[in-house]
Amino acid sequence: MSTESLRIVWIYPDLLSTYGDRGNALILARRAQLRGMPVEVLEVRSDQRLPATADIYLIGGGEDGPQALGAQRLIADGGLHRAVAQGSVVFGVCAGYQLLGTSFFAKGTRCTGLELLDISSDRGPTRAVGELAGEVDPRLGIPYLTGFENHGGRTHLGPGVSPLARVTAGVGNDGTTEGAWRGKLLGTYSHGPALARNPALADLLLRWATGVHQLPPLDDTWADRLRSERRTAVADAARA
Amino acid sequence: MPLRAKVASSVSRTAAALSRAAGRGDGSVIGGWIGLKIDPDLLAHLSAGRAIALVSGTNGKTTTTRLTTAAVGVLGRVATNSFGANMPTGHTSALAKAGSTPYAVLEVDEHYLAQVLEATEPHVVALLNLSRDQLDRAKEVAMMAQLWRAALVRHPDVRVVANADDPMVVWAATPPADPAQGHVPPHVTWFSAGQRWHDDSWVCPECGSTIQRSGEQWWCTGCPLRRPQPQWTVEDDGVLDPTGAWHKVQLQLPGKVNLGNAATALAVAAEFGVRPVDAVSRLGVVTSVAGRYAQVDRDGRNIRLLLAKNPASWLEAFDMADVAPTLLSINARDPDGLDTSWLFDVDFSPLAGRQVLITGDRAYDLAVRLDVNGVPFQHVRTFDDAVRAVPPGRLEVIANYTAFQDIRAELDRVN
Repeated sequence: MSTESLRIVWIYPDLLSTYGDRGNALILARRAQLRGMPVEVLEVRSDQRLPATADIYLIGGGEDGPQALGAQRLIADGGLHRAVAQGSVVFGVCAGYQLLGTSFFAKGTRCTGLELLDISSDRGPTRAVGELAGEVDPRLGIPYLTGFENHGGRTHLGPGVSPLARVTAGVGNDGTTEGAWRGKLLGTYSHGPALARNPALADLLLRWATGVHQLPPLDDTWADRLRSERRTAVADAARA
Repeated sequence: MPLRAKVASSVSRTAAALSRAAGRGDGSVIGGWIGLKIDPDLLAHLSAGRAIALVSGTNGKTTTTRLTTAAVGVLGRVATNSFGANMPTGHTSALAKAGSTPYAVLEVDEHYLAQVLEATEPHVVALLNLSRDQLDRAKEVAMMAQLWRAALVRHPDVRVVANADDPMVVWAATPPADPAQGHVPPHVTWFSAGQRWHDDSWVCPECGSTIQRSGEQWWCTGCPLRRPQPQWTVEDDGVLDPTGAWHKVQLQLPGKVNLGNAATALAVAAEFGVRPVDAVSRLGVVTSVAGRYAQVDRDGRNIRLLLAKNPASWLEAFDMADVAPTLLSINARDPDGLDTSWLFDVDFSPLAGRQVLITGDRAYDLAVRLDVNGVPFQHVRTFDDAVRAVPPGRLEVIANYTAFQDIRAELDRVN
């Protein structure tokens, strides 16, 4: 941790907050506080400088225009690149995941991404809307991923990243893999408050940020019920 | 009316009556659906000869339509789609059922505004607000504003009554004039209804710059778009009209948001020549709207129903609700949108300190959300369990669309 408190930056909520993206900041802060960690959450708007010294950076989803604008401003700002070079954690969701890559499509043109992840995105034949589920890369040591996706992109992974999960329901990157990670950078198509349904993923980000290998367990009764309800719903839908 | 339209209109009424008699619904959609199959232009035929107001926006349109209908009622009989059936089938049913009336006030789903403008050629259109709602299938806010704007360009003669507090609405209501195309800017009357929800209008729809806010004012930092001076405003428990006269508004509907809806209704009625002083007392006759705000007594509990469909309307519901035991119910069926992510756009902390119960298909999503908010709650399986779990007195029920309809069914489809 960079200072005495865990610093979480929510990047550009004015541009990249389509549907419940605030949830990821709230969940990380809550789970850290319940373990007695002091937490500071900064919401940095797109007309403000991005501090380079935070522990966790969150980038949410957005429409094409704000996504392209957000990428431009992050490239011009340079703060996120400096933070990554210093070992900060970055969690990107949907449009925020795409813009971490080398390029993405918005408003019909190819846009340059932040080149922090070895991924590139283009338009798929159909929009992917619905439940998303997958078996997570075993090296991350967390249980299955569950979420809701709503995007028109398809993402191609280069050799510099690993897929976050193998898709069991939904589309994710391309119908086979979902999300990507490298070092302490992780992105997913599970949109909005992805961490609400995946508390173990939230804890993984907290462990990366703090360097603590094991965090005290929390009561995740309701999240566990939600996860198994969603898993059953996906299985039922597959049978129907 | 052409013969085909007459037949279609008559069949439409019969089908609606049959649907009601069979207990299959209130008949507000099926009749119009059948009528439009027989005569695709039926809505246009039924609209001819009536002075029509359309009311559209993400939130408040059903209630504002009801209040506007009451206000315009000063002048004579008013046809309206009072059951929230707000697509062309619902409009067709409503007009066919009403028979010949000089006036009509129609609630319009925001996605259908262009189509209904085309078919009904209204005298006035009221634009309430635009915010995120069911994004897994609905249009994103900026796209919606663009559609409204394009529709208004094609109808320069319609009078517009629009919300000065919502940057997206203001932008939609002020398309650029193009003299070469014969386009003149629409005539707009601005009202201020307040807006608690700002999270869909931080970015200027015109130029992409940041929108700044200070008090009730807002302005774009990169172009001339800014809050217009409203002619109709809410002040204390009344409405200030464009002449500066203040009218006390005594509503049976709760919340500041409904005072704003009342101001909008008076502004729309004024476009038909209704004086606010003549209309204001009629607003008090509206008690509940398709079950919204309805109160039912059961087992010593006074149950009040509040509908909240999206983040903006949840914020308003918390403002309306008494500090009393509160049941929250969430579904994610097709009419609700399948995605519950929006729960994290709502701050549930106003409920802290109240007895909170949760139910519905997606109660677990709500449970996780309330946990993060640090609001204690109890999960109940049924509506009856909820009623039994609270002491005698007021029980506030806040539910999204199909969850609301489920509870309304438990209460014998209360209106």
